Amino acid sequence: MASRYDRAITVFSPDGHLFQVEYAQEAVKKGSTAVGIRGTNIVVLGVEKKSVAKLQDERTVRKICALDDHVCMAFAVFTIFIGLTADARVVINRARVQCQSHKLTVEDPVTVEYITRFIATLKQKYTQSNGRRPFGISALIVGFDDDGIPRLYQTDPSGTYHAWKANAIGRSAKTVREFLEKNYTEDAIADDNEAIKLAIRALLEVVQSGGRNIELAIIKRNQPLKMFSAKEIELQVTEIEKEKEEAEKKKSKKSA
Amino acid sequence: MALLDVCGGSRGQRPAWALSAAGSEHGSDLGHYSFSMRAPELALPRGMQPTEFFHALGGDEERNVQIEMAHGTTTLAFKFQHGVIVAVDSRASAGNYIDCQYWERLLAKECRLYYLRNGERISVSAASKLLSNMMCQYRGMGLSMGSMICGWDKKGPGLYYVDENGTRLSGNMFSTGSGNTYAYGVMDSGYRPDLTPEEAYDLGRRAIVHATHRDSYSGGVVNMYHMKEDGWVKVECTDVSDLLHQYREANQ
Repeated sequence: MASRYDRAITVFSPDGHLFQVEYAQEAVKKGSTAVGIRGTNIVVLGVEKKSVAKLQDERTVRKICALDDHVCMAFAVFTIFIGLTADARVVINRARVQCQSHKLTVEDPVTVEYITRFIATLKQKYTQSNGRRPFGISALIVGFDDDGIPRLYQTDPSGTYHAWKANAIGRSAKTVREFLEKNYTEDAIADDNEAIKLAIRALLEVVQSGGRNIELAIIKRNQPLKMFSAKEIELQVTEIEKEKEEAEKKKSKKSA
Repeated sequence: MALLDVCGGSRGQRPAWALSAAGSEHGSDLGHYSFSMRAPELALPRGMQPTEFFHALGGDEERNVQIEMAHGTTTLAFKFQHGVIVAVDSRASAGNYIDCQYWERLLAKECRLYYLRNGERISVSAASKLLSNMMCQYRGMGLSMGSMICGWDKKGPGLYYVDENGTRLSGNMFSTGSGNTYAYGVMDSGYRPDLTPEEAYDLGRRAIVHATHRDSYSGGVVNMYHMKEDGWVKVECTDVSDLLHQYREANQ
């Protein structure tokens, strides 16, 4: 039944599905895992880095992109089929232009909600046009507004967007989200370092071979985006493993 | 513009940047940022008389943005610690002027849409930018408009001067119209940023009165408005000649 209604994006199925949009969401699920956490004074973005081929220059594989001075976006990338990293590139470019256009006309930087709404509207347009397919990307959009409040939004190929305290997209997003639901507490995010650790712990749940395959970025209020170097991530991972060991020791002491 | 299309005039002269305020190559597709640049809904009427002072976009209490437009009159506005004072005379003069009401209503529509889309009121600088972009689009087509946009937004009291060339200036004090030079003289003599509201009303009143006295195209009554943090109030509507007599008697 699905095959009769999934050829064209502009066709609903009898039970109300837009199959092309749902297939696009499947495409997103094949991409790397990304996690976003909104702390009290910090927003953290982490992405699983796929291992890079020997001859490939690692620096050209960047998933966390700046939209404007203070808005930052991470997307889940479909790496098997060509075209979806490209989708992300197109959307990011449009969003960047829109950020500047807004600055020019309104003389104020965009709010995170505004640029999310722009991106979501753009994606929705492509679910309702003839001859075009939806963008096969989901995005996590983070930043601080003028009022100093941190924000995290998520968009998906259908063009909907929501605000989140913490979210994950891509492969194993469900596992990571469940982890976050268990471990995201007001205490966990009150301290900046704790928020960073939470993001790394969430990714470590699903990423193979630990810290080497994690890319991390943070924004603190009134400060520019900071990309963590491999060393810094290693430091955090070591700390996390220490804490785990200590927690397990305590447990075994108690049970003994 | 309908007339221009019918007469087959080319729009080539307009600089590209004036049209690309929407930003992306798809222009107003997303309904986000068109600000009515490309598709004005009405043809411009010509030969109508300039209308009196206009006010109250959006119609709610807080933080309005006001515009006033005039030619053969005197209008003034100045910022001070308690907000913005706007004062105008009421004399209309005949002539070949574009009806400013069209622009005021177009801008009001855009400001209202901004509020509905973004959940917060438009800032004074953004509203004045919209108007100035509209003027840029019609540059060289014989529009004649000088306006002051005042309001109170997140950044405090705001005052901008916008004219038909697309000039947009922020400042503490502006006056437009044929009597503006006289008004500037009086305002400059008495202006301080820390005026009390009463002193500010008196300053605005005097400036209009003296300007209308000396300028043959101005006269009538002084309409004064005060833009406060929580909205605007109409201060008064006093006859110019009465005030002039008062001032004369006070001096003797």
